[in-house]
This record gives sequence, structure tokens and C-alpha cells, in this order.
Amino acid sequence: MKKSEVPLIINGRRIDGRLPEELREIKMSIGEISNADGSARVSFGKTEAIVAVYGPRALFPKFLQESDVGLVRVIYSMSPFSVDERKNPAPDRRSIEISKVTKEALTAAIFIEDFPKAVVDIYENIIQADGSTRVTAINAASLALASAGIPMRDLVAACSVGKVDNTLIVDLNGKEDNYSESDMAVAMMPSKGLITLLQMDGRLTKEEVLELLRKAEEVCKKIYELQKKVLFEKFKVEREEE
Amino acid sequence: MMEGFVKEYLNQGKRIDGRGFKDYRQIEIKHSVVSKAEGSAFVNLGGTKVYAGVKLDIGEPFPDTPNEGILIVNAEFTPLSSPKIEPGPPGEDAIELARIVDRIIRESQAIELEKLLIEEGKVWIVYVDLAVFDMRGNLMDASMLASIEALLHTQIPKVENGKIVRGEFTSKLPVVFKPVSVTIGKYGNNLLVDLSKEEEEIVDAKLVIGVRDDDKICAMQKQGIGTFSLKDIENALDLAIEKSKELRRLL
Repeated sequence: MKKSEVPLIINGRRIDGRLPEELREIKMSIGEISNADGSARVSFGKTEAIVAVYGPRALFPKFLQESDVGLVRVIYSMSPFSVDERKNPAPDRRSIEISKVTKEALTAAIFIEDFPKAVVDIYENIIQADGSTRVTAINAASLALASAGIPMRDLVAACSVGKVDNTLIVDLNGKEDNYSESDMAVAMMPSKGLITLLQMDGRLTKEEVLELLRKAEEVCKKIYELQKKVLFEKFKVEREEE
Repeated sequence: MMEGFVKEYLNQGKRIDGRGFKDYRQIEIKHSVVSKAEGSAFVNLGGTKVYAGVKLDIGEPFPDTPNEGILIVNAEFTPLSSPKIEPGPPGEDAIELARIVDRIIRESQAIELEKLLIEEGKVWIVYVDLAVFDMRGNLMDASMLASIEALLHTQIPKVENGKIVRGEFTSKLPVVFKPVSVTIGKYGNNLLVDLSKEEEEIVDAKLVIGVRDDDKICAMQKQGIGTFSLKDIENALDLAIEKSKELRRLL
């Protein structure tokens, strides 16, 4: 693991001035992609994701169809201009892995038995990356799914947690992500306390892992409230317009 | 039909092959099985057969770590291994497997990469390539065992006038930890280790846990569409730490 040349925590504050358990400014909006069945934009500080959901729709080729359940597909991608050094737009191994675990994290919440033989396609695009991109995209995907009317057990809320300079922190920015002693991405269905995505790396004791998971659960619950609020506001307004 | 059979057994607290929930199948590990490789190993974990080969090359370091060697892990599910595998570039499962192995080796700091500087601007690139030849479940733990066993028996080749002299060696690759992975399946309220192919089809979800010699957790990854509660994860961590010691003794 790379070591940062400068300390990441000074006088109890992080490099962007936050306290260890403070989130960046979170913005959420729904419905800006007119062609999609559901869409959402979520940003955590400078990290920004736009997600569109298409479906349930017919799945071809036919051999991919399952007779008893529907299929969920996810493509996570980063725009070439989203990072310091231009990113080749072709899918790389990291994106393929993120797409896979995101698909599993979201499928856990979806009643796939409600749309047999069909598919729900979730396209995630990172417009700007400053750490925690996969979880930001999951938060947006969950909103996009809900606004597309996809039947779900619960919303999925996600966040990153980690350890830098011997301090446990939440919502890692890009620099913290790069130089952390450990980082963890967590997604869950908050009302049930069920974890749908978990990726961790670093060097932590079992107690530290559990402590970080408890922090992640708290943060996910906060995000969950914001998600519910933005959904409620969106659909309340639309009803009044009718 | 097999599915129903496996579930019926698990519901009764049993496994179809008679193992307990915390038991691994028989594990066979051999090292230095490929003489052309700088390090190699073969693992047969209950019928899952994996080769790990280590090749060393000279290359340029990454700009942000100019004094460190480079680790690159790749996994190939050969079409020999299962009727479900088609020839072609690695799919998402192979990519995920390689990336988890990579993270466990890297994050555990098992290889002293800072000792792999040859001269300014030149470092050793350590390639770990996994080739899967038969899939009977728990490819993850088999691949991890094979990778570490191969690295533990890897020798650094001699360099003359900036060129590698293949087959002549100067020293051992500096490997200071033996991280292993313990992959745990969740079925209902039960946690079980070393899933067979049949069990992998029916578990709710899996959790890969990478554990270092000092019980530090160096990587985790949830797989599958099911969920884990916090309590499940706590139990899984205890189980992984316990089983990791057993696996490490085989290396």
C-alpha cells in the first residue's frame, strides 16, 4: 500500500476539513434522463454519478431468458474526463468487477420473480471521480430503480468507510481512498439491516472490521433517509401537477 | 433434482459428502511442478484443480512507487475445466477471482515489493498466473493456496547486462506472510466452508475473507445475490480466522 507523503489527519480534521465521521455534501435528484424508465443523479462532494434504468424489457438472445426469474444487468463505467489522467473508455478489469458486485448488490433487493424472461438494465456512469464512486453509483441506481417502478424489497443505500492515519473514517475522498490503510465499500437494505455488498481491503483486526461495519450501517441509514425524501418529493409534486 | 437433495441434507444439518459445516475436503498441495516457471504450485482441493505459475520479468516501476516491484495476477478458467466455460478472454468470474487473489497478496504485504528494485527505473514484475483445470467448487481458496505456495517457492533469476538469464537464480523471492482465503457460504442461518460445486449452486451468498498469519483481515468480498447480517459477518470472521490457521499449516 502506498504511503501518503502528507498526513491525512491533522488536528482531528481530514484534508478536506471534515471530521472523521462527517459526510461530504450529498445531492440527489431523480428523472433527468427522458428516455429512461428511471434515472437519478447523486453526488458526494466532487464524486458524481448518473444512472439510468431501462426495463423490465424483452431479453434477447432468447437463451439468456430464465423462465422463473428476470435478469438484472449492470454496467459501471467512468467517463474518460472523470479522473486526473484520461481514462480509456473501454471497460477495464476494475469496471468489470465493480459491475459484477453491483449487480449482485442491487439484485438482492429486486423481486426478480416479478418479471420472468425479461431484463432490467442498469447503466451507471461516473461523471466525476473523487473516491467512493461505486457506492455513489449504487445510491443513484437504487433511486433510479425505485423511480422506474421496479418492485423492490427495500432501497439499497451504500457508503465507504476506512482507516487512515490510525483513524476510522466514513465517505472516503479520492486521496483518502488512494492512501488509506484500509477501505471498505458497503451497501445494505437499511430497514432490514442486511448487507448486499461488501468489499474490503487493507489490514484490520476483526474488531476494527466490525466497528467499521457499524459505522457504515449508521451512514447507510442517513443516506436512506435522504433517498426516501427525494423520492417522496419527486412523486408528491408529480401528483399535484395532474 | 441434485439441488433438492443438497438442500434437504443441509436443512437436516448435514452435507451430501458427509462433512461437517466447518470441514474442508481433502487438500493436496505440490510445489515446483513446472520447471520453466520461476515458481509454481498445484492444488487439488476436493477435486478442484488449479495450477499457479510465477514468472518474473524486468520492467519499469509505476511512477508513484518508483522503488517497488510490481505484482500482476491473472486467472484463466480453461475450457478443460467445465462444460460451462467457453474459450475466450476471461469473464467476470475469472476477473473477480484474480482481483481478489491480487488484493489478498498485496494488502497482506506478503511480498516485500520494496526489495524488488533492480536499479533506478528497473524493477521485477511478479506475474502470478492461475490456470484452472477442474471445477468442483471453492476455486477461490484453492487459487489462493496455489498462489502463495508458488510464491513461497519462487526464485529470482540472475541478471546479466540487463538481461535475465533463465534457469539461473540469485535468491528467493522475499515472501514474509502466508495469507490464505476462507470462503464461507451462507445457507439459511448456517455458515459453511469449502463449498462443493453443488453447494455453490444453492447457497444464498458467499463471503471471501483473506486472513494473514497475525489474524489481520486483509480482504473481504461478498459474492452472490443474497445478503449477510452484521451478526453473520461476525460469525464468519471468527470461522475464517479459525480455519485460516489450518490452511496455513499446509503451506
